[in-house]
Amino acid sequence: MNVPIGTMLRIALRSLRQHALSTTVTVASAALACGLVMAVFAVARQSTQAFQGGALGFDAVLGARGSSTQLVLNTVYHLETSPGNIPWLMYHEIAQDPRVDKAYPYVVGDNYRGFRIVGTEPELFEEYLVDGKSPFEFVGHGEIFDPNLRQAIVGSVVAQEAGLRRGSTFHPVHQLDGHGDHHHDEDYVVVGVLKATNAPVDRVIWVPMEGMWRMEGHYLRGMGEDYEAVPDEPIPDEHKEVSAVMLRLKQTSSGLALQNLYNREGKSATLAWPIAAEVQRLFQRLGWVNKVLTMVAYLVMIVAAGSLLASLYNTMNERRREFAILRSLGARRGTLLGIIVMESSLIATLGALVGFAVYYGILGAAAAVIRQETGVVMDLGAWHPALLWTPIGMVAVGAVAGCIPAIKAYSTDVARVLSESAA
Amino acid sequence: MAILTIKNISKRYPSPDGGVVEVLRVSRFELEAGQEMALAGSSGSGKTTLLHIIAGILQSDGGEVQLDGTNVTALSEGQRDVLRANSLGYVYQTFNLLGGYSALENVMLGMAFGAGPDRGFAKLLLTRLGLENRMNHRPHQLSVGQQQRVALARALANRPKLVLADEPTGNLDPESAQEALGLIRSMCQETGAALLLVSHDPRILEQFEHVQDFDVLNRAGGLLK
Repeated sequence: MNVPIGTMLRIALRSLRQHALSTTVTVASAALACGLVMAVFAVARQSTQAFQGGALGFDAVLGARGSSTQLVLNTVYHLETSPGNIPWLMYHEIAQDPRVDKAYPYVVGDNYRGFRIVGTEPELFEEYLVDGKSPFEFVGHGEIFDPNLRQAIVGSVVAQEAGLRRGSTFHPVHQLDGHGDHHHDEDYVVVGVLKATNAPVDRVIWVPMEGMWRMEGHYLRGMGEDYEAVPDEPIPDEHKEVSAVMLRLKQTSSGLALQNLYNREGKSATLAWPIAAEVQRLFQRLGWVNKVLTMVAYLVMIVAAGSLLASLYNTMNERRREFAILRSLGARRGTLLGIIVMESSLIATLGALVGFAVYYGILGAAAAVIRQETGVVMDLGAWHPALLWTPIGMVAVGAVAGCIPAIKAYSTDVARVLSESAA
Repeated sequence: MAILTIKNISKRYPSPDGGVVEVLRVSRFELEAGQEMALAGSSGSGKTTLLHIIAGILQSDGGEVQLDGTNVTALSEGQRDVLRANSLGYVYQTFNLLGGYSALENVMLGMAFGAGPDRGFAKLLLTRLGLENRMNHRPHQLSVGQQQRVALARALANRPKLVLADEPTGNLDPESAQEALGLIRSMCQETGAALLLVSHDPRILEQFEHVQDFDVLNRAGGLLK
């Protein structure tokens, strides 16, 4: 090449400006492709990390006989329906097991404005470590509910979206998902709002277990037959039941023995252990979705490269005269080739840069939906190798796509084109 | 001393019916440094082909073209490109300005492949050609005569030793043609460049002391087989 790179760059930029519309459309398609590819990889990894990270704090879950994945989703992520209940005595039995450090019962079945109401023991708020390190904290002055009163503690998202604050009252609605229309008569008063933990518990309303058992219309089947709690009379233990028991083990490895005990020998309940492995299994089962999305993203990238090629190629005919003039001024064939490859690389580079905006847009939307639906918060600033190799790949693909029109420019017959323009 | 010497060059093309057409055969032609000469000939007689071969845009099928002591026909395409950028100025009938660039940028672009950008000299040339208030205008914003002057400035941008002008007044009205011709000749004289001008217009040709009849110079045989 007989001309400085700076001059070639100026010629390439000028040409892109002259063809502003096709440049804009091509940049947009490259940006969409780049943003999509980055988003697919980043969302897949971050959602996996966020979900697996959210499970910290418990080692195992004991629940009704059925799918352990459903059990984990229902108790750790507060999603899905409950697989059923287990008798109170079973909770007692595992809580007394020497291998168990802590056991917290959960009772579910109601919601308020779509937010799940979970009955539990007050000790959860004193002992449970949200992320495995720190306990729950209240916003301002908050207190743990009295197990004998209709009091509630609400998560940060509930407080924000349902407009509940300390002192607010609400009526629980029967069913877990907010579609029920049976309002219970009981008034619950909020006694504390929890600080945000960026975990699914932010979307939970916590109430005393006794309150769940005594809710009007709730029947207990601990003995196999319906029992409705009688006001001012204690509920016999044999009638009580819980939806699940969250377990922290003294030694994580003892989970295997407990798993054998409940899953294989007793066949009366399901013990999901270790929780992280259950989540991993779930993501493995959903792996095909990720594969399809990845394929779609790659396809979009190929289409973007094709559109870049077509967009440049289509301008080659109208630019034949320009190339011939440049050659007559002394530009070498290689200079023209370089200018066209530079143009396609510039389009791809611009696309890659704008692609970051598309990426953050998609990630932001995905994070908002995931947070809305599950309470799991994704880190928008998290690093992923795709954020490096996708833009580099896009520029490389752009440069390759520019080669075909560049070869056409390279092979311009100067004498013929100049003679045609003189005719 | 001759700036341009042509010896025994020829150019043939395949004809559409499968034969061969010889469009150019020149035994000998010379142009002295700083000299101005007009080539007179009818349209389609092969004058442009000759200029393209001198400029290294086309390769002759045989013979030799010496430009300022360099045998152009022995150079590679890349070397001919460099020689063209540095030693030759070319003025076309259709001006061949780039539409997306201003007058000044068109002249600067001429420098980009040769001696390198010299904004001061580019402005000086345009000012000398009466375009001091049109430097930032694009070709479509200029009159035809002004466009031709920009093309002339671009041809002179690398201080060439030889300017080739191919029917430079062919698109101009008689008055503008005379004005443009005057500018081309005076600018070449000022810069010391030799001028080889091709025209079929008698009003242009009559102003040159040295006029070569191209139909006499060119001994091409036409359709050969």
